[in-house]
Amino acid sequence: MAVIGDLLVQFGQMLVVLGLAPLLTGFVRKVKARLLRRRGPPLLQPYRDLLRLLRKEAVVAENASWLFRAAPYLIFAATWVAAALVPTFATGLLFSWSADLIVIVALLGSARFFLALAGMDVGTSFGGIGASREVMIASLAEPAMIMVVFTLALIAGSTQLSTVASHMIHAEVRLRVSLGLALIALIMVALAENARIPVDNPATHLELTMVHEAMVLEYSGRHLAVIEAASMLKLLLYVSLIAAMFLPWGIAEAGAGPAAYAGGVLAYAVKLGIGGFLLALFEISIAKMRVFRVPGFLGAALMLALLAMLLMFMTRSFG
Amino acid sequence: MSALGDILHRGRHVAGHHPYPRVEVDAAGWEDAAFQTADGRCTLLSLWGEVDGVHMALAGPDAMEIAVISLPCAGGRFPSVGQHHPPAIRLERSIRDLYGLEPQGAIDERPWLDHGRWGRRRPLGAATSDAGSGEAYDFLPVEGDSLHQIPVGPVHAGIIEPGHFRFTANGETVVRLEQRLGYVHKGLDGLMQGADLGRAAKLAGRASGDSTVAYATAFAQAVEAALGIAVPPRAQWLRALMIELERLANHLGDIGAICNDASFALMLAHCGILRERVLRAAAAAFDHRLMMDRVIPGGVAVDLASEGAAQFRALLAEIRARFPALVELYDDTTSLQDRTVGTGRLDPALARQFGAGGFVGRAAGRGFDARSLAAPLPYAELGFKPVTRSEGDVNARVWVRIDEVNHSLALIERLLDGVPMGEIAAALPSVAEPREGLALVEGFRGDVLAWLRIGADGRIARCHLRDPSWFQWPLLEAVIEGNIVADFPLCNKSFNCSYSGHDL
Repeated sequence: MAVIGDLLVQFGQMLVVLGLAPLLTGFVRKVKARLLRRRGPPLLQPYRDLLRLLRKEAVVAENASWLFRAAPYLIFAATWVAAALVPTFATGLLFSWSADLIVIVALLGSARFFLALAGMDVGTSFGGIGASREVMIASLAEPAMIMVVFTLALIAGSTQLSTVASHMIHAEVRLRVSLGLALIALIMVALAENARIPVDNPATHLELTMVHEAMVLEYSGRHLAVIEAASMLKLLLYVSLIAAMFLPWGIAEAGAGPAAYAGGVLAYAVKLGIGGFLLALFEISIAKMRVFRVPGFLGAALMLALLAMLLMFMTRSFG
Repeated sequence: MSALGDILHRGRHVAGHHPYPRVEVDAAGWEDAAFQTADGRCTLLSLWGEVDGVHMALAGPDAMEIAVISLPCAGGRFPSVGQHHPPAIRLERSIRDLYGLEPQGAIDERPWLDHGRWGRRRPLGAATSDAGSGEAYDFLPVEGDSLHQIPVGPVHAGIIEPGHFRFTANGETVVRLEQRLGYVHKGLDGLMQGADLGRAAKLAGRASGDSTVAYATAFAQAVEAALGIAVPPRAQWLRALMIELERLANHLGDIGAICNDASFALMLAHCGILRERVLRAAAAAFDHRLMMDRVIPGGVAVDLASEGAAQFRALLAEIRARFPALVELYDDTTSLQDRTVGTGRLDPALARQFGAGGFVGRAAGRGFDARSLAAPLPYAELGFKPVTRSEGDVNARVWVRIDEVNHSLALIERLLDGVPMGEIAAALPSVAEPREGLALVEGFRGDVLAWLRIGADGRIARCHLRDPSWFQWPLLEAVIEGNIVADFPLCNKSFNCSYSGHDL
């Protein structure tokens, strides 16, 4: 019975992230539009966009290889699995025991690898520019991310996300400097990974400044829909990750009753709302940085994460 | 005697050209003028062709002296000015495309406006041929290791005018930019020939829609100079009012758009609202948002009612209340300043050489502003002074716009206060012999030049309109060198050159 319950929670979680991802993107766009005194598209517009793209014919460049056609599905699958590993409203996920934070980083890394390959596959100059910029950003964001993971693992004694979340709720986690530093580093990585301002601009029409958009310029129809869905999932993943690691309150524990699950869902929705609003607010109050400032930005994230880990060691040896 | 005076002295004066002199010279005199221009003793204002000759408009060093030099081309050839003075190269290529006159000794013999798709060659020349050239365009060769090319346009991801940009880059650093324009060629020169004055005025107002008032005013002033009409003072004041409103709307739009290209959408949103207010006030007062066809030869087409003036006063109050906060936002946002300061620096010497007008020239220390000419527009009475900055970067171009917005606000107020009562248009007399006129009007982008000849039948025999962008586009190629590819949109928007006005 317990296995069936766990399975239900796990599959429920997978569907929840897939269902909510477009809504979060729509919410961020809506808030941004309102802050800019525009009315903005309806909240549900991203769902309609995805449906429209799914129905449309996919136009593929003549010289595209099988990789170009396969990449969207690989990217989507990897991102979806990664998103399903993050506890959203409940811990104790079934998959969680076979996969931890490092797997999430690896899955996202694989998705990016295929996206960069697909960007270069057709051989247009924009795809190449986008891929080279993306890889430059990733090569700096990934180490920072790994450092954040290690910091959390040191605190909780595990890289299992469910364990970390439970630890954060139960153990007397004092206000630690390392936690604060890790949070800032994770937010910086999340901004870069999700192609948000100040690293990239998801709404730009300027071909020459694009990073993520430049790689997917040649995609259309269902391929584009799947890639867009993967980007939305990724945004949701990072917001959920930050919420689960640093604000785990309200999350339902393994084996809790339906009431706890309902509370968990509610708390999760509130966290997503706050995360989306803060993201929109941050995005309108800052300009995009020059491409060559990005290494400095992500270098700072790496240093912060490293500092967080070092502080962790220091306090341990003294405590 | 000044260099220009010297050239004028040696040429044969042509009667019936107003308000500036026109002289006919021989090939030696033409080359001498080219040398003087190349040495920086004169500024090239424009270079244009006709079926049987070429003309060049020159300004003296302080731009107080303006003259037109003409060379009859009996053999269909003329000595190239571009071989000595690069700003003339594209103008010469266009003359060859349209009229088939060969610039001798030209460095660049490729076509410019003609993409081989008109179905005929040299459409306005003496020897038109029906064969489209269809030849491929040779972009400049790229030599060297680790360089790659990025072709951009003419179809862009955003809804903007078409133009092709070919970048040669080393990683992210731009080594060279080559532009290819002419995609919005409308055949304005051809349409003008034989058009009556009313139709020609409408055509002139459509050369570049965002500067329609400046174009229409330049055209009207050239007609009035040619025919020798005195325009009622009220019409002149209303023209100045419309030109300043046009400048205000475009500058506000540009300031927002430049910031938006650095992904700072907040400025775009707020500047867009202010721009919209200007357009709505213009629509209420003059019955057209862009004030198209409101300036006609002889005067203006609509009078300003007192309600209209009240609308503008309310507009001034609103902009004055809200604009300073936006300027402060621009100046205080570090991430934005980081993008604009030091980006796309224009060398003041280049700005001088190319005679760059508008914010492009004035941000790089070239103080020329056609509003300070002793022109029929009432700027002298309004106490006008041009804005100049010396840094030449994107930030300086934004600041010239900000300062000009503030100046325009003051000018509009004085124009509303001082506009004299009376007629708004003078009747156009009929002509018996060909007349010629030239006018230079400061639009928001820079000085718009209009030159025309009215035939004995009272119709346009030849009309040449020169957009300020002719001398700004090549500078954009120069400023982007050494910058990174991703900064091009920002540089491009800070120049905001016209495609339509350039492609004619």
